[in-house]
Amino acid sequence: MTRKRASEAVNDMKTKTEFPFHPVTAYKKFTKRKWYIIFLLLFLLLLLAVMALNAGSSHITLSEVVQAVFAKGDGFSQIVIWEIRLPRILAGIIVGIGLAVAGAVMQNNLRNPLASPSTLGISNAAAFGANVAIVLLGAGSIQSQAQDAVFINNPYMVAVSAFLSSMAATVVILLLARIRRFSPESIVLAGVALGSLFTAGTTLIQYFAEDVQVAAAIFWTFGDLGRVSWNEIIILAVVIGCSLIYFMFRRWDYNALDGGEETAKSLGVHVERVRLEGMVISSLITAVSVSFLGMIGFIGLIAPHIMRRLIGNDHRFLIPASSLMGAVILLFSDTVARTLISPVVLPVGAITSFFGAPLFLYLLIRGDKSR
Amino acid sequence: MILSIENLSFQYPSRSVLNGIKFAIQPGECLAVLGINGAGKSTLLKCINRILKPQKGAVYIEKTDSKKMARGELAKKIGYVSQANRPARQTVFDTIMLGRKPYIKWDVTDKDLEIVQKIIEMLDLQKYSLRYIDELSGGELQKVRIARALAQEPKVLLLDEPTSNLDLKNQLEVVRLIRKVVKKKKMAAVVTMHDLNLALRFADKFLFMKDGKIYAIGGMEVMTPKNIEHVYSVSVKVERYDHLPVVIPV
Repeated sequence: MTRKRASEAVNDMKTKTEFPFHPVTAYKKFTKRKWYIIFLLLFLLLLLAVMALNAGSSHITLSEVVQAVFAKGDGFSQIVIWEIRLPRILAGIIVGIGLAVAGAVMQNNLRNPLASPSTLGISNAAAFGANVAIVLLGAGSIQSQAQDAVFINNPYMVAVSAFLSSMAATVVILLLARIRRFSPESIVLAGVALGSLFTAGTTLIQYFAEDVQVAAAIFWTFGDLGRVSWNEIIILAVVIGCSLIYFMFRRWDYNALDGGEETAKSLGVHVERVRLEGMVISSLITAVSVSFLGMIGFIGLIAPHIMRRLIGNDHRFLIPASSLMGAVILLFSDTVARTLISPVVLPVGAITSFFGAPLFLYLLIRGDKSR
Repeated sequence: MILSIENLSFQYPSRSVLNGIKFAIQPGECLAVLGINGAGKSTLLKCINRILKPQKGAVYIEKTDSKKMARGELAKKIGYVSQANRPARQTVFDTIMLGRKPYIKWDVTDKDLEIVQKIIEMLDLQKYSLRYIDELSGGELQKVRIARALAQEPKVLLLDEPTSNLDLKNQLEVVRLIRKVVKKKKMAAVVTMHDLNLALRFADKFLFMKDGKIYAIGGMEVMTPKNIEHVYSVSVKVERYDHLPVVIPV
């Protein structure tokens, strides 16, 4: 009680002292702080990337790492850096950005703080599609007994199949949200149901598959950043880069949507079109990421929520900040996965879910205060 | 004629909501839309703004058919404040700045910020400008939502029950504010309300709706006990108190 009074008194003082002030100046100061946070995150990401480049089971010194990056190292460190660590780190950054921004946009488009690629069953659907490709269409097999034993003959068939399947899930979610006018809670419940359905489908496929195919499928399902090559990184970078640019173009529309569908329409937003495009592109990101890297859960939930707390819901800042946060989380998780019980590399999807699932529960318990 | 509506009809698959609505208003006029719950008042506002697409009829804004305008263009002409809904977590400044959305190409310009600032000053919201709107009182929030619509610099304001859930002081403040701005900027306002006495103090014209049709439209002359009784099924007296007309249920 007394504490509350004290804080009210402070507030009164603030308003009194600040009172003859210039709202625009105050606002610019307010937004400048958000840019500082974004730059801080960028710095953190770079730092983490250098640390990740330096960490690993083959002991290479920092100076060797630096030399290797600029193609001046010896043969061994050159291969470790350019063929193993660098693609892995880039994949972590790019996919972290993609999944986080997909989550932030889905939360806005469905007006639901719990929406994300993993909670809406879209990741599960992508996994189902990938399983169909690997098992039924013969896109995967076991190559050898080595650690990287799983070999996907035709990664693009897997990706297309994962994409089609995740689009089917998206369409169902969108139809439920639009036509049946589902409430935010029911949409997530529907997503859980949909996720279970696709998981059941995956289980059935695997049940009737050959051992080798099952091994390939299960190994595929573990999210792992280590399986990408430069070709896939280029595809990921193009898809996610273009999506990010599109989302930034739409940032004002998303801000308007936060005020409600009717308000957004009255402000000139083509609500249906913006939503459809947002959901399709988020699903595309999810599908491409899941099909190249396997399931990496909860990045789309954790990263935007941390940033909503730190810099608010304004998508001008939320989109870049969540992207960077997603990259930081995934890169950090992957470095933990690589170094925790090195040389064994844990599946990074398990690590991110370890962070993400408790946060999901926390959001459920806390209720819907942020809107 | 700043806004004119021709033969507007809207129906959901199962039932008809608006039927042959036709009226016009002049710059500087405030029109109160009155009628019982479900008479079609909110639907009328949404059809004018094309949030809902009417099946028949046309809406002309300064003689331009609204069907021929892109949504963004329409947003520069019509400001709309929906019925009270759950506020988002945005600051007052950000919320009002969204009113500039129809004008924003890539980012807000200094001119946009200046307009927001002027509106904040006009509505005396300076000390709230960086507060979150979900922490404001009902009256403050309603002013901010109206401020957002004003930032659109529209010709027509559509306000859906702007005074519901407000206390007496805030009800009067909000209607005075609307009236002042409409007169000053030569806009027009179409406002749905439930409080007939508030409507009497605020509006220049009154539109009674019944079952999706216009029952009566006009100035003070339509505010008769007979009309009110037919629309609301309540008997009333219309008396004068201190030169102001007052509706009293009997």
